[in-house]
Amino acid sequence: MNEQSKPKNPAPKKSARRKLNPKQLEQNRREFLRSSALAVGMIGFSLVGLLPVVQGKTLALRPPGALKTPADESDFLAACIKCGQCVQVCPVNAIKLAELDKGAGIGVPYIDARAQACDFSCDGLQCVLACPTGALTHDLDYPADSRMGYARLAEPRKCLAIQGKGFKGQARGPDYQGILRYDDVDRWNPIPVADYPYDLELCDLCVRQCPIEIRIAQCAEEEAAREQNKDRVAQRQGNECPPKHAIALEPIVSEDGIRRMKPVILDGCVGCGVCEMICPPEPPAIVIDILQDADHIGGVS
Amino acid sequence: MSYITESLRQLYGSEPRRPEKAEISPEAQAIHLFKKQNPFDAIAFEAHRQAHAKDAKKWRNRRWATLLVINLLFLVSYYFDIQLLEGALTASRFMGFHMADLNSALQVTLAFKHMVLNLVIGTATIFVLWLLLGGRTFCSWVCPYHLLSEWAEKLHLYLADKGLVKDRSFNRKVRSLFYLIFALLALLSGYTVFETISVTGIVSRALIYGPGVAMIWVGLVLLFEVFYSRRAWCRYVCPIGITYGVVGALSPLRVKFVLKDCHHEGDCRKACLVPHVLDMTVKGKAVHTEVDVSADCTRCGMCVDVCPTNSLRFEIKGLGKHL
Repeated sequence: MNEQSKPKNPAPKKSARRKLNPKQLEQNRREFLRSSALAVGMIGFSLVGLLPVVQGKTLALRPPGALKTPADESDFLAACIKCGQCVQVCPVNAIKLAELDKGAGIGVPYIDARAQACDFSCDGLQCVLACPTGALTHDLDYPADSRMGYARLAEPRKCLAIQGKGFKGQARGPDYQGILRYDDVDRWNPIPVADYPYDLELCDLCVRQCPIEIRIAQCAEEEAAREQNKDRVAQRQGNECPPKHAIALEPIVSEDGIRRMKPVILDGCVGCGVCEMICPPEPPAIVIDILQDADHIGGVS
Repeated sequence: MSYITESLRQLYGSEPRRPEKAEISPEAQAIHLFKKQNPFDAIAFEAHRQAHAKDAKKWRNRRWATLLVINLLFLVSYYFDIQLLEGALTASRFMGFHMADLNSALQVTLAFKHMVLNLVIGTATIFVLWLLLGGRTFCSWVCPYHLLSEWAEKLHLYLADKGLVKDRSFNRKVRSLFYLIFALLALLSGYTVFETISVTGIVSRALIYGPGVAMIWVGLVLLFEVFYSRRAWCRYVCPIGITYGVVGALSPLRVKFVLKDCHHEGDCRKACLVPHVLDMTVKGKAVHTEVDVSADCTRCGMCVDVCPTNSLRFEIKGLGKHL
């Protein structure tokens, strides 16, 4: 088997190709059959792994910069080398690697926004910078350049703002593990959401915690500071300041004639999922869709 | 040159070439003849063998230590966030410098049909590294599945010894078939199909990011190796071995067979993952007094450990006289 049977004559004549006896022939035949079965089995199993991706069952919220269109992730899945470097650099541990149930999508990064969304705490899109293969494309520089998913008010009746309710306490309860960056607590290190209780007259958590809205507010403050102090503040470049608002509370009049506030998703939304993460009701009133709704904003590609 | 062609032949899955008598150098012929005329003293050899058995784990221990350190470095680096060795075996950064597994990089490039600069840098780095270190050295000194497989092999040999299991061989050419098919699948489907079943990638990620259901697949492959066919994955399936083997064909780091003291008892071939590479240790087959082991060899050092007469050694080609 591993050792070849030793021929009696160590140097057989040129033309004398060893004749195989019937037993050896039978062994060879079996080995050939076994090898064929192994080939069919292995290739077959690996091809089964293509099913989930071909059926589109692997669609998921991906890290910013993922090389994909909302409905087509094939380039992203092809380019990903499944090393998890994006997982390692994420300051809020938002990125997970997919399991074998995703077939050929195994080891590819995704984000479960309800459990832990990307809040762009790293500012510099660390996952994009870490990606060795360009599966997360380096084409974008700032959070506002990305397009991860599409926020949607899926359960308006659950929305506390629409109900006219405020919110007091821990947004997701005491046992929730998720973390976010709160600039007023610590500019550099995210803290557990459970450690940051709110006391709001009207719930506006989805607007308040939106990373794009937070950045717009900061830019406005910096702009004001610059007005006072023209020479001392560095010039800004590119999309460092988001050009468009992402979400806002807008007044509506409900059927019973009562004026209420409703979260409305705007053109600047990148679909990061922080609104879904922070939304107190279960299931959340606002969710992230992977595919764009027909009546929504145009995608940034 | 003949070393490279013979290496590629063996990597492809052909049986080692049987030398013609005319090819055997006069010096080697003299030794073969001498051994024929002066049979070894079997009892003295057995004593020699027993004496050697005590320190027969030198290279294995070094290798296991290296393999564990490298794989745990990934884990420690991530767990303590020291950014020493980030990523997994498929692609990583050592102190910020890109490294990419050659086979994973190849699969990604075939599927994606595009190579960004970071991947080029990472692939080139790893290529040069394993060019110096012996190619398939990756398999036995780094691949975490190899270690699991070694333990499964121990169990297999124990059970085989008891007569409970039988080792069934496959045609080694099937690995080349896998290589071709997985390359074509990546190219045509646009997905890195092999990575779905790559036990190397799965074990490496499981170690770093925590195990998942994919480890069931690894378990099944291990069971297959224990109960059906010894070291089947590494011997007959894994394309990573071929990729690194081709690199190793150009590498100066090899295992060398020295004919003079060899008793041709075959201990090395029993220990070896790829015993066909040790064909020259069969009595009368060595064509020179010293023969290099082909690039399908993983440089694991098991034969070096087990050889009672020190007839198998590590060498760095071209540096022999300076070592």
